[in-house]
Amino acid sequence: MPNMISLRIDGELVRVEEGHTIFQAAEAAGKQIPGLCQMKGLSPVGACRLCVVELAGVNRLLPSCTTPAQEGMSVTTQSARIKSYRRMIVELLLAERNHICAVCVSNNHCELQALAMKLGVTHVRYTYAYRSFPVDTSHPRFVLDHNRCIVCTRCVRVCAEMEGAHVWDVMGRGVGSRLVCELNRSWGQASSCTGCGKCVQVCPTGALAEKGCAVEEMIKRGQSISRLAETRGGVL
Amino acid sequence: MSAAAVKARVATVWLDGCSGCHMSLLDIDEALAVLAGRIRLVFGPLVDAQEFPEEVDVTLVEGAVSSQDDLRLLQAIRQRTKLLIALGDCAVTGNVPSMRNGLPVKKMLESIYIQGVTTAPGVPKTGVPSLLKHASPLHESVRVDLHVPGCPPKPEAIAFVLKELLDGRKPDLTGQVKFG
Repeated sequence: MPNMISLRIDGELVRVEEGHTIFQAAEAAGKQIPGLCQMKGLSPVGACRLCVVELAGVNRLLPSCTTPAQEGMSVTTQSARIKSYRRMIVELLLAERNHICAVCVSNNHCELQALAMKLGVTHVRYTYAYRSFPVDTSHPRFVLDHNRCIVCTRCVRVCAEMEGAHVWDVMGRGVGSRLVCELNRSWGQASSCTGCGKCVQVCPTGALAEKGCAVEEMIKRGQSISRLAETRGGVL
Repeated sequence: MSAAAVKARVATVWLDGCSGCHMSLLDIDEALAVLAGRIRLVFGPLVDAQEFPEEVDVTLVEGAVSSQDDLRLLQAIRQRTKLLIALGDCAVTGNVPSMRNGLPVKKMLESIYIQGVTTAPGVPKTGVPSLLKHASPLHESVRVDLHVPGCPPKPEAIAFVLKELLDGRKPDLTGQVKFG
């Protein structure tokens, strides 16, 4: 029998198995915390910081996807302060690369865009970076557009943890971080890629897409990846 | 004097965009007839005025700020208008016009007007305004009072914004527009 712990989430008493994260505990209690790097079935990394929550007695905000739930914790998942930070993060993500939703394959089906609207973003308060990014079209079936990548690393994890191929990784640091295929090869040259397309399905934006999609045509099936993880077991 | 008796002075402006937002404005259909009784259109692609007039109540600006002319006009608009509204994605985010921003202006113009051009190759220098380094959203140059995103914004959203403003309220666009 696993040890059970009790904590309060938004004032509500929640009992979960020891070892759950705050994000999982909140989900079990039917509470929605936003997250762009978090995905059921993949290991949590705390890359996007959108799932930040307030913890009583702790001054700074904590990412709920990587913070273990502990006995007696009191967590707040929604507040004006949290919302303002989440909005700031989304605006910074939009300012960092060239998303241009109007001409994106994932327009209207994009997790970043949906979250921006949910948080009431009507414009980006930060100066856009306007940097140039390459688009890798060398794979016969898929496209990688770095302009639309938020470096959430869902693709890195699904490939390494579920497909077992580990084609993707991240090079560089901070704002210079970039998704790389194998040791910085073009995708079409990758000898370890099985062409399974799991990376495309879990990508929250239009960064990874199927070839031949026009604007608004790329609809991802990330949930099927989570279900696959569940049927294989090992998902909390 | 009642509010209806004094017509609001409204301007529309077309900077670096495709005019789709103006099309969406015209698509508000019968609401145009109602508006016509309450506003006076003092500047824009739909009227003949050459100079941006003084004392404008509301200006709807479509398009990104892309050239020296765009910037000068926008600065004049800001000085002479009470409420400046960024209409559509190009004005709000830079959108498609901003896709040139990764290229140096000179290189971009040469790739269009010289490379592979057989008839009279050369970058036009007269009669066209010089381009700014970046095509950028309005709020990177001037203060913007309201952002109405969308490519283009839905006619219903534009009609809602104008009606709310004419009724003296600040429009709450939550749930009425999509971002990007």
